[in-house]
Amino acid sequence: MKVEQISVFLENKAGRLAEVTRILGEAGVNIRALSLADTTDFGILRLIVDKYDLAREVLKGKGFTVGKTEVVAIEVPDRPGGLASVLAVLSRAGINVEYMYAFVQHSGKNAVIIFRFDNLEEAIKLLRQEGIHIYSGEEVYRL
Amino acid sequence: MIYDIENETRPREDLEALQLKRLQALVERVYHLVPFYRRRLDEAGVKPENIRTLADLERLPCTTKQDLRDNYPFGMFAAPMDQIVRLHASSGTTGKPTPVGYTARDINTWSEIIARTLAAGGVHRGDIVHVAYGYGLFTGGLGFHYGVERLGATVIPVSGGQTRRQIMLIQDFSPTVICCTPSFALYLAEVGQEMGVDFARTSLRVGFHGAEPWSEAMRQEIEQRLKIDALDIYGLSEIIGPGVGIECVEAKQGLHIFEDHFLPEIINPATLERLPPGDAGELLITTLTKEALPLLRYRTRDVTSLTLTPCVCGRTIGRISRLQGRSDDMLIIRGVNVFPSQIEAVLMEFPGLAPHYQLIVEREGHLDTLEVQVEVDEAAFSDEVKQLQQLAKRIERQIKDYLTVSVKVRLVEPRTIPRSEGKAQRVIDRRRLEGAKA
Repeated sequence: MKVEQISVFLENKAGRLAEVTRILGEAGVNIRALSLADTTDFGILRLIVDKYDLAREVLKGKGFTVGKTEVVAIEVPDRPGGLASVLAVLSRAGINVEYMYAFVQHSGKNAVIIFRFDNLEEAIKLLRQEGIHIYSGEEVYRL
Repeated sequence: MIYDIENETRPREDLEALQLKRLQALVERVYHLVPFYRRRLDEAGVKPENIRTLADLERLPCTTKQDLRDNYPFGMFAAPMDQIVRLHASSGTTGKPTPVGYTARDINTWSEIIARTLAAGGVHRGDIVHVAYGYGLFTGGLGFHYGVERLGATVIPVSGGQTRRQIMLIQDFSPTVICCTPSFALYLAEVGQEMGVDFARTSLRVGFHGAEPWSEAMRQEIEQRLKIDALDIYGLSEIIGPGVGIECVEAKQGLHIFEDHFLPEIINPATLERLPPGDAGELLITTLTKEALPLLRYRTRDVTSLTLTPCVCGRTIGRISRLQGRSDDMLIIRGVNVFPSQIEAVLMEFPGLAPHYQLIVEREGHLDTLEVQVEVDEAAFSDEVKQLQQLAKRIERQIKDYLTVSVKVRLVEPRTIPRSEGKAQRVIDRRRLEGAKA
């Protein structure tokens, strides 16, 4: 039920993001979702891609520092209060969201949101108990 | 004003005769008292009685900072511990400082040369001297302190830090003289301005500035903003501390070296060949009178030139030019000596940091800043911003603990720091020091 996210260290300077997307594009890797966390000095680009291993290989080959993180893709009703209802469940259980970002693509009528938790297993267990749909890796890469 | 007419205005022949007599006694002493020097002299095939003229100085081996480190802590001392009345130390590699010792007579010599230094700036009994150099292991504070007392002026031992309080004391205690690094002088001016202080209305008249490289442009600025005469001083703890050289307020043309105590030479740092007056090269100093830690031809690594022409102030002793740079990779950041190898040693303690780093030195406003760029590889990488920021903070703290200098750590992508086949370019110094050529 976990999704593999690739994260890339970027210096905060012009052209770095363009370089990453160009390398992935040339390798035929499709970006499914992304988020960029930035500070004044550096940024961390987080990506969900259709071909994780290939993306990692080409980026490393070009000298980027890449990391792998397991995240959870959750189906969230695409209506007012949809995200709030999911977050309320997590907050009641005291689960901390490290960061989250939305998927570009919709799945039917619903939005897909990527979550990074400090306690992944517990979060998954809880979300399932609450009947919230979590996508498998295969589903997400194919979306 | 000249404090010691006899020792500062001797005809050169007389000075050289005195230097030779002292050099002979010095070589005799270190040969018998310091095993390190006995070995070195034996290796060079020189006996104390071979020193017949000042030119024979060239036959003597040089001494380096590494020699002091190799004999850590007190192996180079020429006096027994019960004769040593004070220790100071300069920063060394990762926590190990380079200690220096003083006998009572050394402290007396030091006080005398600081009294001469102050007098060269027109300071006299009745002046009040604000000493903002650090007190402690650093030689700046206590060195000046004793000299002010020797001169008979009043010393305010303020030490470093607490800038606003210092400005208050300047307004309330009315010092006429200030001793501090040039960058701190400008920082005082800035903070004073913020506080609405008009320096034209303070009592300050003259400043003694050193312990870090500065320029003529900085002098102009200090003089205009603080409304004082700003004088360049020279010294290093291995030799004695401040007081080795001083500009006179009359000429401000080069730093007079107290040659009755310190014998200067200029060499080509690559070939160790002696260079004639006027040529720029590395300054060597032989301590003619030091008892606790006498040094033969100590390589200061400071690049300057020497002139023996008498000065308009009346002094006949030689002068060195404003320092033009270093012949090694030492950086001076806000008065603290920093070697790239020390930073490297700290970085190596962090697992996952690539051994590729670069130091960027800049001057922001008037204060030097040191940025340490470190490549982040996978072992150190995290997808969370706060983890990476904490890593940078931990490195900054560690460097501060070891080297007492605040730095900014910037994490950079792998392979962005230029590689080189030979000596890596570890340092990019963007400080612009007008008049500095090296």
